[in-house]
Amino acid sequence: MATEILMPALSPTMTEGKLSRWLKSVGDMVRAGDVIAEIETDKATMEVEAVDEGVLSAILVPEGAEGVAVNTPIAVLGEGATASAAPRAAAPVAPAPVAVAAPVAAAPVAEKAWRASAPLTVREALRDAMAAEMRANGDVFLIGEEVAQYQGAYKVSQGLLDEFGARRVIDSPITEHGFTGMAVGAAMNGLRPIVEFMTFNFAMQAIDQIINSAAKTLYMSGGQMGCPIVFRGPNGAASRVGAQHSQCYASWYAHCPGLKVVAPWSSADAKGLLRSAIRDPNPIIFLENEILYGQTFDCPTDPDFTLPIGKAKIEREGTDVTLVAFSIMVGVALKAADALAEQGISAEVINLRTLRPLDIDTVVASVKKTSRVVTLEEGWPFAGIGAEINMQIVESCFDWLDAPPGRVHGLDVPLPYAANLEKLALPQPDWVVAAVRKLF
Amino acid sequence: MAQAAETRKRGKTRLTNEPEGLDRDHLLRAYRDMLLIRRFEEKAGQLYGMGLIGGFCHLYIGQEAVVVGIQMALGEGDQIITSYRDHGHMLATGMEARGVMAELTGRSGGYSRGKGGSMHMFSKERNFFGGHGIVGAQVSLGTGLAFSNAYRSTDRVCVTYFGDGASNQGQVFESFNLAALLKLPCIYVIENNKYGMGTSVERSTASHDLSKNGAPWGIASLQVDGMDVDAVKHAADAAVAHCRAGKGPFLLEMKTYRYRGHSMSDPGRYRSREEIQKMRSERDCIEGARHRLETLGMDEAEIKRIDEDVKRIVQDAADFAQTSPEPDAAELWTDILVEG
Ligand SMILES: Cc1ncc(C[n+]2csc(CCOP(=O)(O)OP(=O)(O)O)c2C)c(N)n1
Ligand SMILES: [Mg+2]
Repeated sequence: MATEILMPALSPTMTEGKLSRWLKSVGDMVRAGDVIAEIETDKATMEVEAVDEGVLSAILVPEGAEGVAVNTPIAVLGEGATASAAPRAAAPVAPAPVAVAAPVAAAPVAEKAWRASAPLTVREALRDAMAAEMRANGDVFLIGEEVAQYQGAYKVSQGLLDEFGARRVIDSPITEHGFTGMAVGAAMNGLRPIVEFMTFNFAMQAIDQIINSAAKTLYMSGGQMGCPIVFRGPNGAASRVGAQHSQCYASWYAHCPGLKVVAPWSSADAKGLLRSAIRDPNPIIFLENEILYGQTFDCPTDPDFTLPIGKAKIEREGTDVTLVAFSIMVGVALKAADALAEQGISAEVINLRTLRPLDIDTVVASVKKTSRVVTLEEGWPFAGIGAEINMQIVESCFDWLDAPPGRVHGLDVPLPYAANLEKLALPQPDWVVAAVRKLF
Repeated sequence: MAQAAETRKRGKTRLTNEPEGLDRDHLLRAYRDMLLIRRFEEKAGQLYGMGLIGGFCHLYIGQEAVVVGIQMALGEGDQIITSYRDHGHMLATGMEARGVMAELTGRSGGYSRGKGGSMHMFSKERNFFGGHGIVGAQVSLGTGLAFSNAYRSTDRVCVTYFGDGASNQGQVFESFNLAALLKLPCIYVIENNKYGMGTSVERSTASHDLSKNGAPWGIASLQVDGMDVDAVKHAADAAVAHCRAGKGPFLLEMKTYRYRGHSMSDPGRYRSREEIQKMRSERDCIEGARHRLETLGMDEAEIKRIDEDVKRIVQDAADFAQTSPEPDAAELWTDILVEG
């Protein structure tokens, strides 16, 4: 039976090539693996190996021919060919263009009312959340630098080693890339790791494992391999620790499908959201803030207290302008709202709580009421969270706006060390007041 | 370790046609599994040439003895993880040729329903954890799979494959330290096929004995003739016994060779045709196994039957991979997050 040899595609982008040389002649015996011809592709000159065996009975495209389309028959292996004819590729059918819309998020459920509450620091709230979830599920463990014997670089994991032992509270060597990958692998096999980064600045060492392994594997595996894991630690500026220890990574992670990104402000946020994060079957980036660790807020005492991921909270109601903030900037927004009230401007303050998935519905409903908006973030402006939120507002409720959306953000510089310069670089309440006043 | 030391000697000194080693049944199975990978990869190359497979496609031809020999030493529940050169590993674990080939053509019948491609396939059922495109990343992940075994106090082991090129990545050494520190049941297998793309080991690596790469952490190791399925199986037995006994990680350096280009679009100017031809004609693992089968009295007809059987499976896979429909457009938006 005769077998046609087709012009092969030798690179992902090749559609045609030049048949520069034949290395076999008609009548030659060809064995699988023999080089039969040389072809010039869009990238390089390549050798073509025979796949089948047989006697070369005809050459259909002569040496030197240019622009030979992929899949054109270039030669025939005649009688004596042992392999069956290669199946001809069907003419490529261009896929009909179908517009597929992103699924619309389900309608948000109203937040449950949690009755009794008591003062608690953010630090304790985080610890209590981890302890509660570790008690409930033996697959949950904590790994990170200084999390066990030292009780946490910022004392967030205080007491956990005593209660859960070294099997479940694991001091890691300083090896972010390695232990992050290890935790992601453990999660792929069904464990539920909590990875503490001493700060998120050091997670840059491990960001490949977070994005390429944790966030994308579910999709690439057609839904087979999930990765239930929480990456947590302080994010953003602390106090006078310089440029390498002060970056906000909110927009870096919020950019990526396959992740959820949570940024708590209060103790209730910290406890309720971290418990939900640990239970969530997906990879979660949990952005804490060192300065908030020591702050005290009222937190519900109900042992079942959790907060839903993906739902923003209106911290203060207002009618004239919407301030959209997350993490430590919620406090800045509330201070600005106080100052604005004195000037007769009623500001509504939204605590986003989660950056991805973003609760844009709550933001849009507020903007439709106030007709003005200013976003707040500690990070840099370019391609930042404020840029994204304001774009979504423009897309959803442009006609309700009485002024262009505004944004307040950290200055576009590496954070300086000097006390005066650092203060000049980070958003202050009066920046927000000034940004709001520009809208009137 | 006495057993391991003996295996080291065997691995280094045995000739491929020595008639001792695997018994007839095991050798027959090894021959069949290696041949399946070879024929599968040849067919994949052919479909690529026809434009039915796109993107990157890294063939495993030449290295078949490594995965087949190691797989024979493993048991139910042991995990496997590797790089983008993964078709052979998947077939060796018992994943179906149809599902693998259909993933290569990007069809809904593929293991990742067409959303992963050649470099990204997984099978929970066969404990195959991918299929990873970032050189070296699977080494930390495999260390984590081994961690999950230790955490759950099972006696399962994880085999973590990576290349000679990958062996220079920082996270590999981070993983060695973690695995030795936490005594994790991880078998690290360096598939030293002499090149990372176009860069030879000599040009990329200051150390020339990669089996010693775990030495600073006291990781037990063997250097093995990876073209000899017997030697591979013996070394793997030693590594598996070590890990199951709770003695921590084990490193196997497999001296092997890939016959084809790094990927389909590799012009291959960094080595001579003679070098490839020499390996093919003198060291080929499948020829070696076939020769040994003949020495063991296997008759030609029986071997022929296996050849035909393999050919049928591969043709069936190729047909399936072309008739299985493309994924539904709605698939675009599924599997981004686990719902609920
Ligand atoms: C981090 C990273 N860098 C570079 C590449 C591109 N790349 C893909 S394979 C490869 C060579 C790897 O060689 P080796 O580890 O020896 O494996 P082999 O291909 O020989 O199986 C390179 C450089 C990549 N995929 N990931
Ligand atoms: Mg290599």
